[in-house]
Amino acid sequence: MDTIFALASAVGKAGVSVVRVSGPLAWDAVERLGGPLPHPRMASVRRLVSGNGDFLDEALVLIFEEGASFTGECVAEFQVHGSVAVVQALLRELGEMPGLRGAEPGEFTRRALENERLDLSQVEALADLIDSETEQQRRQALRMLTGALGTRVGDWREKILRAVSLLEVTIDFVDEEVPVDVSDEVRDLLRSVCEDIRRELHGLESAERVRLGFEVAIVGPPNAGKSTLLNYLAGRDAAITSDVAGTTRDVIEVRMDIGGLAVTLLDTAGLRESDDSVEQIGVARARERASAADLRVHLVPEGDAPMLEVSEGDIVVTAKGDRAGEGVSGLTGLGVPELLSGIEARLVEEVQGAGLASRERHRVALAEGLAHLEQAQVLLEDGLDVYDVTSEEVRIALRALEQLVGHVDVEQVLDHIFSSFCIGK
Amino acid sequence: MKHETFDVVVVGGGHAGTEAATASARMGARTALVTLRLQDLGVMSCNPAIGGLGKGHLVREIDAMDGVMGRIADAAGIQFRLLNRRKGPAVQGPRAQADRRLYAEAMQAEIAGTENLQVIEGEVVDFLMSGERVDGVVLGDGSEIRANSTVLTSGTFLRGVIHIGDVQKPGGRMGDRPSVRLADRIKDMDLPIGRLKTGTPPRLDGRTIDWSGLDMQPGDEDPVMFSFLSPAPQARQISCGITHTTERTHDIIRDNLSRSAMYGGHIEGVGPRYCPSIEDKVVRFADKTSHQVFLEPEGLDVPTIYPNGISTSLPQEIQEEYVRSIPGLEKVEIMQPGYAIEYDYVDPRALAGTLRLRDVEGLYLAGQINGTTGYEEAAAQGLVAGLNAAAQAQDRDPIKFSRTESYIGVMLDDLTTRGVSEPYRMFTSRAEFRLSLRADNADQRLTPKAIELGTVSDGRRCTYDDKMARLVAGREKLDSVSFSPNQLRSIGINVNQDGARRSGFQMLSFKDVGLETLAQLDEDLGNLDVETGAQLEREALYANYLERQARDVEILKKDEAVEIPAGFDFSALQGLSNELKAKLSRTRPETIAQAGRIDGMTPAALTLILAKLRQHSRKDAV
Repeated sequence: MDTIFALASAVGKAGVSVVRVSGPLAWDAVERLGGPLPHPRMASVRRLVSGNGDFLDEALVLIFEEGASFTGECVAEFQVHGSVAVVQALLRELGEMPGLRGAEPGEFTRRALENERLDLSQVEALADLIDSETEQQRRQALRMLTGALGTRVGDWREKILRAVSLLEVTIDFVDEEVPVDVSDEVRDLLRSVCEDIRRELHGLESAERVRLGFEVAIVGPPNAGKSTLLNYLAGRDAAITSDVAGTTRDVIEVRMDIGGLAVTLLDTAGLRESDDSVEQIGVARARERASAADLRVHLVPEGDAPMLEVSEGDIVVTAKGDRAGEGVSGLTGLGVPELLSGIEARLVEEVQGAGLASRERHRVALAEGLAHLEQAQVLLEDGLDVYDVTSEEVRIALRALEQLVGHVDVEQVLDHIFSSFCIGK
Repeated sequence: MKHETFDVVVVGGGHAGTEAATASARMGARTALVTLRLQDLGVMSCNPAIGGLGKGHLVREIDAMDGVMGRIADAAGIQFRLLNRRKGPAVQGPRAQADRRLYAEAMQAEIAGTENLQVIEGEVVDFLMSGERVDGVVLGDGSEIRANSTVLTSGTFLRGVIHIGDVQKPGGRMGDRPSVRLADRIKDMDLPIGRLKTGTPPRLDGRTIDWSGLDMQPGDEDPVMFSFLSPAPQARQISCGITHTTERTHDIIRDNLSRSAMYGGHIEGVGPRYCPSIEDKVVRFADKTSHQVFLEPEGLDVPTIYPNGISTSLPQEIQEEYVRSIPGLEKVEIMQPGYAIEYDYVDPRALAGTLRLRDVEGLYLAGQINGTTGYEEAAAQGLVAGLNAAAQAQDRDPIKFSRTESYIGVMLDDLTTRGVSEPYRMFTSRAEFRLSLRADNADQRLTPKAIELGTVSDGRRCTYDDKMARLVAGREKLDSVSFSPNQLRSIGINVNQDGARRSGFQMLSFKDVGLETLAQLDEDLGNLDVETGAQLEREALYANYLERQARDVEILKKDEAVEIPAGFDFSALQGLSNELKAKLSRTRPETIAQAGRIDGMTPAALTLILAKLRQHSRKDAV
């Protein structure tokens, strides 16, 4: 039985966040992070330290014995400061312990149920959960990864499906007229998916991101007033502003606190075609960073359309509101409170929708999927004799990546095989 | 007129019927097998081959349960090949060409020698009903056979229609009568019915084939048998011929497409994609200029050749024309034209995992009537239906097969929870625990189950016990010896110089390390008998994966253990979407594990069902 963990409270203004761990290794997790075990059911202060020796937080730790907890299993509860960075770091530490994994929605309840510790309110809560979980999880999964993810994830799915199909066709249809050695094509497919996943993981794992919490990019054409707005928000001259279009040649970052969440505002170079090579680099970086951010504020001059694609949840406002009479202005402060509460609402939604937990789950899924795809590539070097285990590795990877690429069924593999190869003797 | 009363009556003597009847008889149930003609028992109506990938696994599993197909195929086998011999043992599948006559004879002898089993010749035209319950069958002469359980294995006989070009005639297979009355009765039961089709190639006269220019494919030099009890082939061994269609063949087919029953719009049934007609191949893979054709002899002393790969529903004269455009077949004579056959099947989602109809007491279905194709799939279902029909008659617990332990379980679960959209055939890729469900360990997986049921012959039991004793001793030996990195280096095996000793079994999981290599360090390891050694090497090869699969199996088994009662009202579950409720109500999962595999199910939704189940059981307890 795996030990599972999850964030049991919302982060943000709450001040305190609760992370629960349930299962045979729950107490081990406490010892590894915080040293000696407290007495059961006695709140005790512990300094939580990561596996690398980094200080995580000073936390209240509670443990419950098997049979005397809400799931009926060994349970540990960490009450940490309600900061995104702290919670994220703690979830990551837990996720990296062998035998521990992030809980699926409803999983704590299920264990409570199986151990006859069912509480009626938990069952009622389930119904609400089911309504929202699938779609929400998928949205979050997509939002978490950078850029034009929808297509990329679809591309992974296609490539992995093709790789499995190629391996399987050599196995299940060996006495038909089908290819015998598919290693080259499978290698190319897997290599390309692995490169992509590595890139995503790199983005997710960068320490900076953990430290900085959320990123909000301010995007728009040159001279739309992005830097002015940022300066107004930050209350200092972080970005150089002038009336010459294209002044901000790089991405400027300003950290601030919005509604208790650590937010990094990104001021990006104006989006336009340019002959100036330095500015071109700036524009490219701007696009990249903006698409990787958690949220984009599109500053759109009156009468224009947004220059970047507006993702779901993005905020679109009219630039230079002092002149337009509506929208937002970094000069006069017009519309700024509304903008801030809009940003806060969006980010809190992300956090409360267990965005953090799912982000961590997806990171784990990507890492596990990648590991198995890499192992499959190693096995490919041993040739056709070991296609059975090579295929097994790819199939395991598919299961790990399921929450991102969707469920891949044997029927889809067979569909692919029958449409690609003339089977039938 | 009345026959005596039986525990189980099996209708049909094909692969499902013979396996069902013998399984039921092994359970100790008094069993009747009704067939149109005695000589129909064990007839192979399609190609004269048994086994293959996935299918070979099924035959091994049937044999492990002491079923008959494996032993009969071994007795009748005239060419044995182990498919994927070069690949890992999990994906190796035994296959054999069988002599059609030897097969039927061996099967008839087996049936005749089976205790508790009586064969009755006749046509079943109706069921004996008492209310909604099936109480036996009525024969064409009006006589009645009463039985506690009835197993229907009527193959393609339900509203079967044979197509050759634009000519149609009712029939199950060439020369047989269809069972229209029985079909009507089943229709009255209001079961979900669908229509499928399948096809056969023309049978050729081998004496008119010019074999001189053809490639020949011999069997394996060291043949691998189906049955754990068979030492070696009994019949003389032969080779199959290989030839190819030509561009001219394809031209003839293209020119006459509209005359094909399939392409002329005479057929509504859905055919299998893995067994397309030659018309389909030419149309769908138009850029291929040639397709392989295997010329498989149907027997040692008959001239009939089964040309595998060119099934068709073109008119007979076109069949002659295109066949003769194939190298080696220029002067060939057709002994029996190819044809397509359409037939009714019962949506297998109407069945429980025991293959009993959920809504009709006393009636079990097995084989093609459930939407499957293939002798092996049919026989495996026959086994399950026969065992369970007997268990029901004897008031014993249902006998279940899980997808964690067998291909049989994979098939039952696929059929009863997902239904079919084309004739269902087994592939190894259907088994998620493929590395554990191997042909080589079918006995280790299933024979204990059969022993527990008391359906195993003394001979098999001895063979099994002996094999297991040697395996256990071998494994103990391998686990008890260990080697240091230095020792291993001395015999040319490089491992991390971490000072850790590795057990013999751990070392076997290394690529290119076998018992022979390790015997240089420990003589005893060289003394294990060949079969035991080979089996331990297979286990070790997958050790890492098997551990992982064992964990997944545990989780699945836990979910399989939670049964959902037959009358459970999914529509009353508050919080589930209507779509999910509808899916659940339609599929009627029997366990939480099955519910979990329904598309769109989430862990939370499963927990909700679990919670309701708990409330139910609590109410029941009060």
